[in-house]
Amino acid sequence: MTDLPGPSPKKLGLVIDLDTCVGCHACAVHCKEWNSGGVAAPLTDIAPYGADPDGVWFNRVHSFESGRGAEGRTVHFPRSCHHCETPACVTVCPTGASYKRAEDGIVLVNEDLCIGCKLCSWACPYGAREYDYDSGVMKKCTLCIDRIYNEALVDEDRVPACVATCPVGARHFGDLGDPDSHVSRLVESRGGYAPMPELDYKPVNRYLPPRSRPAPSPAAALAPAPTDAEGILGWIDRLLSR
Amino acid sequence: MTEPATPQSRPIGDRMVQTTCYMCACRCGIKVHLADGRIRYIEGNRAHPVNHGVLCAKGSAGIMQHYSPARLASPLKRVGERGSGEFREIGWDEALATACEWLGAIRKSDPKRLAFFTGRDQSQALTSWWASQFGTPNYAAHGGFCSVNMAAAGMYTIGGSFWEFGEPDWERTKYFLLFGVAEDHESNPLKIGLGKLKARGAKVVSINPVRTGYSAIADEWLGIRPGTDGLLVMALAQELLRAGKIDADYLASYTNAPWLVIHNPGKPDDGLFALDEAGKTLIRDRATGRPAPLEPGAMPSLSGECVLADGRMAKPVFALLVARCCEAQYSVDNAAAATGIPAATIRRIASELASAAFDAPVIVEQPWIDVAGRRHERMVGRGVSMHAMRGISAHSNGFHTCRAIHLLQMLLGAIETPGSFRIRAPYPKPIPPGLKPAGLPGQVRPEQPLGGAPLGYPTGPEDLLIDADGSPCRIDKAYSWDAPLAAHGLFHMVIRNARNRDPYAIDTLLMFMANAAWNTSMNTTGTMKMLTDRDDASGEYRIPHIIYSDAYYSEMVAYADLILPDTTYLERWDCISLLDRPICDADSAADAIRQPVVAPDRDVRPFQDVLIDIGARLGLPGLVNPDGSPRYPGLYADYIVHHERAPGIGMLAGWRGARGEQSGRGEPNPQQLEAYSSHDCFSRMEIPAAGRFFKHINRDYQEWAVRMGFLDRVGPIALQLYSEPLQRFRLAAQSHGNMQPPPEHRERVAAYFDPLPLWYAPFEESADSSTEFPLHAITQRPMAMYHSWGSQNAWLRQIHGENRLYMHRETAQKLGLADDDWVHVSSRHGRITVQLRLMDGVNPRTVWTWNGIGKRRGAWNLAPDAEESRRGFIINHLIDDLLPPRGDGFRHANVDPVTGQAAWYDLRVKIEKVAVANETCEPQFPSLELPPDMPERPSILRYGAQFRAKAESEQ
Repeated sequence: MTDLPGPSPKKLGLVIDLDTCVGCHACAVHCKEWNSGGVAAPLTDIAPYGADPDGVWFNRVHSFESGRGAEGRTVHFPRSCHHCETPACVTVCPTGASYKRAEDGIVLVNEDLCIGCKLCSWACPYGAREYDYDSGVMKKCTLCIDRIYNEALVDEDRVPACVATCPVGARHFGDLGDPDSHVSRLVESRGGYAPMPELDYKPVNRYLPPRSRPAPSPAAALAPAPTDAEGILGWIDRLLSR
Repeated sequence: MTEPATPQSRPIGDRMVQTTCYMCACRCGIKVHLADGRIRYIEGNRAHPVNHGVLCAKGSAGIMQHYSPARLASPLKRVGERGSGEFREIGWDEALATACEWLGAIRKSDPKRLAFFTGRDQSQALTSWWASQFGTPNYAAHGGFCSVNMAAAGMYTIGGSFWEFGEPDWERTKYFLLFGVAEDHESNPLKIGLGKLKARGAKVVSINPVRTGYSAIADEWLGIRPGTDGLLVMALAQELLRAGKIDADYLASYTNAPWLVIHNPGKPDDGLFALDEAGKTLIRDRATGRPAPLEPGAMPSLSGECVLADGRMAKPVFALLVARCCEAQYSVDNAAAATGIPAATIRRIASELASAAFDAPVIVEQPWIDVAGRRHERMVGRGVSMHAMRGISAHSNGFHTCRAIHLLQMLLGAIETPGSFRIRAPYPKPIPPGLKPAGLPGQVRPEQPLGGAPLGYPTGPEDLLIDADGSPCRIDKAYSWDAPLAAHGLFHMVIRNARNRDPYAIDTLLMFMANAAWNTSMNTTGTMKMLTDRDDASGEYRIPHIIYSDAYYSEMVAYADLILPDTTYLERWDCISLLDRPICDADSAADAIRQPVVAPDRDVRPFQDVLIDIGARLGLPGLVNPDGSPRYPGLYADYIVHHERAPGIGMLAGWRGARGEQSGRGEPNPQQLEAYSSHDCFSRMEIPAAGRFFKHINRDYQEWAVRMGFLDRVGPIALQLYSEPLQRFRLAAQSHGNMQPPPEHRERVAAYFDPLPLWYAPFEESADSSTEFPLHAITQRPMAMYHSWGSQNAWLRQIHGENRLYMHRETAQKLGLADDDWVHVSSRHGRITVQLRLMDGVNPRTVWTWNGIGKRRGAWNLAPDAEESRRGFIINHLIDDLLPPRGDGFRHANVDPVTGQAAWYDLRVKIEKVAVANETCEPQFPSLELPPDMPERPSILRYGAQFRAKAESEQ
């Protein structure tokens, strides 16, 4: 089984705003596109033009309904690796292929050591692991490690592909270990949460919950303007300023 | 243990080329990165005015679109029966010779026997001009199917329109009303804007029968019953009027609210605007109560009535409008019953609108000068904006519903003011724009160009394209009494009319990027039959020749006789022209190009090149030099640079003039494409700061627009609450004038050419249909797909590979249906078999599904057992293209009676459980054969492995 490094002060991760996500799948496809040619390439697609196509995706968007009636809402929930502080997918790995970087906390797979046993995918409660049946190795979100430190890119592009492309600006990237980072402040101000904290894997990523929508006053209505014999038209000209 | 070294600083590729996306209609700027000539990565261009660096799911899947095995590989000639998909590969010489033989013969005899209709065409400035040069009036793109009633409503009301022709003031608006399905047009700009509203805490209200997509993040979702939006809007208008919460100054200054309308019932001038002897618009002077010309400084009244100099009575538009809005049918309670939205909610929304508009005006500290020369110290506006799209457009009452939305905007002072809805250049135009359609018998002559442009804006019966007998001049019957304001033509009626030789026979149907044999038709099953019907006597096809151009093996390919294979969007020159549908924003005019990123690896040619080539071979006037040689030997790229529509006005507005020093107008610049190429493939020309609001009456804006060639002159453009052109048609239906509708159209024209906005039930909503077919059935296009293109895309089809029919949980319970049940869905026209999915976020009287996912077996080079053909479906089979027969047997087209817009959202259905399900959607059709030379479908796709392997080998 594989050891974890000591806790890193730097905890790179994503903050995803569920109040703003429209479920457009831009992040999922842009992730697939970038990573198809990146360090974990390819993101193999089985039966790409046949029945039951099945490809490797590091980021998937689930759309579902929550609540009924007036309480009901439709939620779009993007899901990728949470780069947990104590990830079971790493500790369960029999070969050391699955590892967590000491420097920034990113969880990666060393394909040279991966034997494709899939224990990590069983261990991950978030379903973030993606097995490549063609190459026989496990793959996963790298937090675009080949973008965020990439000196061939301009600074603004050194963010994960999903963040760079999100049309509504619902995805944010930064150091969640730094309480003053913009992502930490977002989490603080919006009540960001980690999914399934009770499992104690300590996800680094955070979701910003949908903002509460205060129940509008049902009584709100416009008062009719006083009318004269001509009704509305009797006073309309008095509304004119000149 | 030590961590492995992870390569972190690899260059993306070895080359980057900028161009414009074509994965939908947005036209975002993209950077295409190449490695060893293969496409490594496509990303949004941060500097681009449309997408500001973001890219959607479709755009990000461009690689798979480009390398799709569904790409056609060579020109094809049909050898089997139409619809079989049996083709013989031919070279371009034979293909062009065949096309020229057919088209040349037509042009020599009767040019209108060519019908040229395009689909997702972004080169309409070329294709419409080409049709004119050929001499046929039978041209249009697919706008009649898509949203012409909204476009026309805008052009006849506010001189602009929704979708990409305007935008909410995203930075300032406080309250945003979103009508219908907006996810499919203008998608990245809307998403960027919604993100801004959410970040600022502005309120978003979505009015949509379905709670998906943008509706999911709205602060309030109103699950309205389809086709009743106009009723809701009119009820909101009534509430605001009754409370006096309207912007009276705005109405008096910017709209025709004070204009006097002649009240002379039964007479030919009834309902027309009152003019003085000099032809000036008259208003009722507030001080004297007497008519006075509308001049700067006039003090018009919005109420009362007055006697004109000749004794006729007249009333201000606003007085008529108030009477209309206060009709009983527009009461909140009545609207609540029909829309399904509680009365208290409607009242509250009205109150919130009033509060957002009037409690705190939105102010931009920017002095400006109006067209009368008056200086205004600041720009004061209303923080209410609206956007509308499908769900308004595809109903038979959509023209008036859209007019009603514009009315609501005007009551609130919420068009072209800070915080509200802003119009984008080159709009606003005069209302309606001055161009009239051409196509009368005298304008269509052998070997002559058409005497004008095929599409335009009629303002009365005299502008209709009908011959002396009243018979339509166009094959789609646009601009006839069937559809007088058919500003985008009637794509959806071409095949039926051509098959029926009604109003006349054509010889060749030329289509481009239009999947008419599948999802771009109502009555798809019937359309397939019409395409293959033969003449009883001769045994020949009733539509003698069909030429089709597409880049992919779409369903329509199988129905053509000659296939001209197009390139992908990454293999071509294109222009996103100000003469067509530009990429402007409210602060600028902008246009763009596509440039070839990679060379085609198949025997295919860009359709625009082929069109210009054919035009030159046919000797079309604009396409050859006096000596008969081709005028644009460099084909489309040459045309983009050198063609002038008017002196100094060409396809692209940037870098004009011999040295590229001019914008808007200027002589052609031979280096223009190079200039675009080196400037991110777009040109953006900013509107002066003082010209950015109140464009209808803003002198700074209009002087700039005249310089740019958008307007002919500076002058007020009054928003038209009351539409006189509509009244002119109505008068004809009331037996005035010498051009009157025939009996079968008279009643409809009289009823629906109402000069004021109104609501009526969609035509399918009769008492009978409500009983027998109690549910509405509509579609939405998913955000990750665009029309039928997406289903061949290896990545996108993993997101949407099949579709279900979505139904409200309680409705299902009442019908004894459960999740995953297979059901028959029947309309008065047909039946399909599909699988159910239950949900809560849908109007209980409505079922819906995703659009364009279902595929015909064998098409698009998908495997015969692909989900798209087994478990995907289209509801087009249920939608009749005609309304039921009237008493006399006459059948109107299933369209909006004003504009001819296809009414495919009017559909009503009933749903019954299938006793024994065979787990396959019905109907099924014979599998299409694959044309020769199509590549094999890979069983495993390892795209990108080569990039990694190369990078690793270089380390």
